[in-house]
Amino acid sequence: MSARRIFARPARFAAIAPYVWMVLFFLVPFGFVLKISLSQTAIAQPPYEPVFDLTAGWSAIRAAFAALSIDNFRLLASDDIYVFAYLRSLTVAVTATALLLLIGYPIAYGMARLPKRWQAVAMVLVIVPFWTSFLIRIYAWINILQHDGLLNQILLALHLVSAPVVWLSTDTAMYIGIVYSYLPFMILPLYATLAKMEPALEEAAGDLGAPPWQVFWLVTFPLSLPGVGAGVLLCFIPIVGEFVIPDLLAGSNSLMIGQTLWLEFFTNKDWPVASAAAIILLVVLLLPLLLYERLQRRQLEEG
Amino acid sequence: MRKISRLSRFNIASLTLGLAFLYLPILILVIYSFNASRLVTVWGGWSLRWYHEFFADRAMIEASWMSLRVAVSSATIATLTGTLAAVALSRGERFRGRTLFSGMLYAPLVMPEVITGLSLLLLFVALNAERGFWTVTIAHTTLTMCFVAVVVQSRLGSLDRSLEEAAMDLGCAPVRAFLSVTLPLIAPAIVAGWMLAFTLSLDDLVIASFTTGPGSATLPIRIYSEVRLGVKPEINAICTLVIALIAVVIVIASLASKLSSSQGESAAPL
Repeated sequence: MSARRIFARPARFAAIAPYVWMVLFFLVPFGFVLKISLSQTAIAQPPYEPVFDLTAGWSAIRAAFAALSIDNFRLLASDDIYVFAYLRSLTVAVTATALLLLIGYPIAYGMARLPKRWQAVAMVLVIVPFWTSFLIRIYAWINILQHDGLLNQILLALHLVSAPVVWLSTDTAMYIGIVYSYLPFMILPLYATLAKMEPALEEAAGDLGAPPWQVFWLVTFPLSLPGVGAGVLLCFIPIVGEFVIPDLLAGSNSLMIGQTLWLEFFTNKDWPVASAAAIILLVVLLLPLLLYERLQRRQLEEG
Repeated sequence: MRKISRLSRFNIASLTLGLAFLYLPILILVIYSFNASRLVTVWGGWSLRWYHEFFADRAMIEASWMSLRVAVSSATIATLTGTLAAVALSRGERFRGRTLFSGMLYAPLVMPEVITGLSLLLLFVALNAERGFWTVTIAHTTLTMCFVAVVVQSRLGSLDRSLEEAAMDLGCAPVRAFLSVTLPLIAPAIVAGWMLAFTLSLDDLVIASFTTGPGSATLPIRIYSEVRLGVKPEINAICTLVIALIAVVIVIASLASKLSSSQGESAAPL
């Protein structure tokens, strides 16, 4: 007991370097996003005003504060393009997460039923694509889905279609890309809870006369809910802000919020509006982020 | 008998289909990188033509070199700070601002990358820092140290604390006990953390796009700008090389985690 207490002090000192780093490069930058979201676009370097000049004295800083406004947020709330972008982000994230759960659950369930030796192998096999470059995996799908791509060649050869089907630049392609990229994030937490589950519980339900679907629905599924929650959050949150997949695979007519932010920033060079879009995205995600944080902490405390 | 019957036909089918779904696209990409034909989808026999084109493409080589340098430096700094963070969280008990600290370490794991990238860029602009190698390295370190912290922390959590306590009861100073008892035990997780940080940095497009300057594009940024213009067979070759590099990294990381499981502890999931 005393040994543990002695150990605690130097361990606390270990926090100093990462703490300072995260405050400097994670927390402080959010202050800048907040500040610039309240600024106006300007043809200047940097492209916004007012710029705080700490050497100019107190009255200049007060004047700069007075010049801050919520105009950017008014713009975002009143312009249909942005409102649609938020709604589309949420729709895409909900649909894709549902698909991921439907596809990922049977895979995780199958993994948990494997003999112990094979479970480790299966887990490595699921993790490996997660290590492989994200962009490369999307690019691999462009190869397959393009006009004269492999999918159309196969469909034509099997005479399932008479002319090449347009796959690329459709929502279908985008959903394929999202499901493909995020599948490991869904499988792993599901597998973690399913593998820990006591098989005797299912056997008991079966022995007591429950048909397999009832065993699954009344015993297995409720017990796997923590894994479902973790998997859903782990996929939902980043999909809302997704940029690369919709940009490369979806059509260009309706954008998601991550794309809108990117366009405002890089194409329109409107940094204040991009910052305001980021703030709203963060507010939209705050609830799921907090939920995720709580789940994560509970799992660490249990594990 | 009971064990085998638990694996139903449905289980096997979903596993097989799932793994095929995960691997077939990558396999197709690798095969087509050896395609002699200029048309990406017409098979023209085996050839290393596109690999030659890649090695002749100066811009791509420079971008690859930039990516490798950023990945090695950011993974190394992230492993140092991430390990310290994991030690502080799992051995530091309560300290002031602990909740904020752990919150800051978990948030970047799920935060959309556009937000992280944008906020870091605004910081660099405000500091008037010249954007390029160092700004991307700092940005990647910030993101990947959180992953290192999680991997190392899960290893520390599964470690038997009585080993450290025994060392200290025998007169070891805490830092000494950590260095000679704990550190060797968590070394495989630290190696795995470095590998994860390395591949995440090598992979990142969004954060690098925000934080890099003109003339210092990373490989994903170059690939992305090429892919937007249309599919080029050369990209297949580059992607295959990246996959091969990452495969080597995975083999080393899994050997490291095998080492850790042979020491009688369960291996960290990553």
